Amino acid sequence: MDIIYNILKNTRFWWIISLILLVLLATLPLYSSAYSVILITAIIMYVILTVSWAMFSGPTGYISLATAAFFGVGIYTMAVLGEQLPLLPAVIAGGLVSFIIALIVGAMTLRLRGIYFTIFTFGLVELIKHLLLYWEVTVTGTRGRFIVLEENTTIFWVILGIFVVLMLTNYFIRRSKYGLALRSIGENEEASAHLGVNVNLVKVFAFGISAFFMGAAGAIMATRWTYVDPYVAFNPLFSFLPVLMAIFGGMGQIYGPVIGAVFFAYTEEKLLTNFPEYFMLTFGIILVLFIVYLPDGLVGVVQRLWRRRLGGQNANT
Amino acid sequence: MPILEGEGVTKYFGGLAAVSNVDFHVDQGEIFGLIGPNGAGKTTLFNLVSAALALKSGVIKFKGKRISGLKPYQICRRGVARTFQSVKIFGNMQVGENVSLGALFGTPTTMTAPNAAREAAELLAFVGLSAMSTALASELTLVNQKRLEVATALATKPELLLLDELMAGLTPTETEEAMKLVTSIRDRGITIFMIEHVMKAIMGVCDRIMVLHHGEKIAEGKPQEISTSKKVIEVYLGE
Repeated sequence: MDIIYNILKNTRFWWIISLILLVLLATLPLYSSAYSVILITAIIMYVILTVSWAMFSGPTGYISLATAAFFGVGIYTMAVLGEQLPLLPAVIAGGLVSFIIALIVGAMTLRLRGIYFTIFTFGLVELIKHLLLYWEVTVTGTRGRFIVLEENTTIFWVILGIFVVLMLTNYFIRRSKYGLALRSIGENEEASAHLGVNVNLVKVFAFGISAFFMGAAGAIMATRWTYVDPYVAFNPLFSFLPVLMAIFGGMGQIYGPVIGAVFFAYTEEKLLTNFPEYFMLTFGIILVLFIVYLPDGLVGVVQRLWRRRLGGQNANT
Repeated sequence: MPILEGEGVTKYFGGLAAVSNVDFHVDQGEIFGLIGPNGAGKTTLFNLVSAALALKSGVIKFKGKRISGLKPYQICRRGVARTFQSVKIFGNMQVGENVSLGALFGTPTTMTAPNAAREAAELLAFVGLSAMSTALASELTLVNQKRLEVATALATKPELLLLDELMAGLTPTETEEAMKLVTSIRDRGITIFMIEHVMKAIMGVCDRIMVLHHGEKIAEGKPQEISTSKKVIEVYLGE
C-alpha cells in the first residue's frame, strides 16, 4: 500500500499520466467516432472556460461573470477576421482582443470589490452584446454573421492545443511568485499592497490572461456554429456555467476545475440525450446536493480521504 | 539625522480633522513611540505614512525624499514596512509563504525564490516561529500571528518599521517578549516607529515619544518628560 501512496505523491508520476492522457486525446480522431470527437470538443471547451475562470477568480476571490463577454468577443473576432486570416492567427487574434478588452475593463473595475465587481462583470456581457447589436443594425445593416466552417478534427486539435497551453500557463503561474501574490490578494488585499505587491497590476494582468484563453476558445468554437448573432455569441449561460463547474470540481487544486468541467459537461450531455424531459430537473437536483453536501467539490472528497490516510501533518501550532 | 519627516501633515474625514498640521520626525536608529487616547489620529498618521490614505495637505519625507503621493507598494519597496492594529496576515497560506511574499515583492531589489525562502526561514527563526513554517497562518495563536506579521514586514528589508499596537491583546509575559523583540529589531539596524497603548511597554523601550490628541501634537520628548508632562496627564486622566 505504501508504495502506491508514494507513487501517487510523486510529481513526475502525474506528469507522465498527463502526457499519456494527452497522447490518447490527441490521437482520438484517428480511432474514434465523429460523435466522440464533437462531444469531447464541447467538453474541452467547458474545461477551458472553467480553468481560465478559476485561474483568476479562484485565488483572488474576485468572482467574475464576464466569461461570456470574452468568449463572445472571441466568437465575433473569428466572425470578422475568419475570412481574411488563416485559422490559427484568427484564433490568437480572438484571444488577444479579449485580453486587451480585459486589461481596459480590469483597470477600470478592479477597484470594485465583492458583489459590485461581480455585477459589473455581468453587466459587461450585456453591454458588449447590445453595443454590438446596435452597431450591426445601424452600421453594417446585418443582424448575424456567417462563419467559415472548419473540419471537426481541426477544431478538436486546435481546442486541445489551447487547453494544453492553458494548463501549462496555469501551472507555471501557480508555482511562480505571481501565483502567491494572487492568493495573497484573495486573502487580504490591503496587506498584500503594503508588502510591496502592485495589486492592481497583478490583478489586471491575471484577468487579462484568463480572458485570452476564453477569447481563443470562443474564436475556435465559432467555426463550428456557422452562424452567430449577438444573442448566440453573448449567451449569459457561458458566464454562469464555468462558476458552477469550478465549484463542482473544487477550486483548491489545479485539477479541480478540470474534473468539475469534465464531469459536468459529460453529465449534461448524457442527461440531455437520454432524459430530455427531465434534464434540467435532474441537473438541478445534482447541483443542489453537491453544494449542500460537498462544498469543497469532487476534489474536496478526494483530499479528505487523502488527508485521513496521511494523518495530521501540521498539528504543531 | 531624521529618517522620516512630516511637515504640516493633515487629514480630514469629512469635516473632522483626524490629523491636523502635525510636524514630526523620526531619527535614524531610534525607537519612536506614538501615544494618545482613542481617536487621537495615531493609526491615521500611520496610514498616511504608508499611503493607505492620501494626505490632504503637508508632506512626508523618507530619507530626505518625498514619499507622500506614492502608492503603498512603492513605499514598501523604498524601505518602509508596517503592521496593522488588527492583524492582517494571509490566513489560508502557510506561515513560510506569508514571509516569502514580503521577500519576493517588497524588497528594493528583486529576489529569487530560493533566496526568499532562505530569508523567510531566517526571519521565522528570529521571531521564534521556525517550527510552524508549514502550518496555515490562521492556525496560529494571536501572539504568534503578530510575530508572523512582524517577520513578514521584516522580509521586505525595511529601514523603517511601523508597528501599530504590537502588544494589544497580549498577556504580560507575551508583552515582555514583544518588548524584547522590538529592541532586537532595532539592534538589526531598523528604525522603529510604534503606536502603543501599554504604557509600561512604551516607556520601557522608546527613545522618544510623541503624543497626539484630537489629531494635534500636544507633546514630544523623552519618556520621563512625557510621563511627567502636565498636559499629557490631563489628556489621559482628565483635569
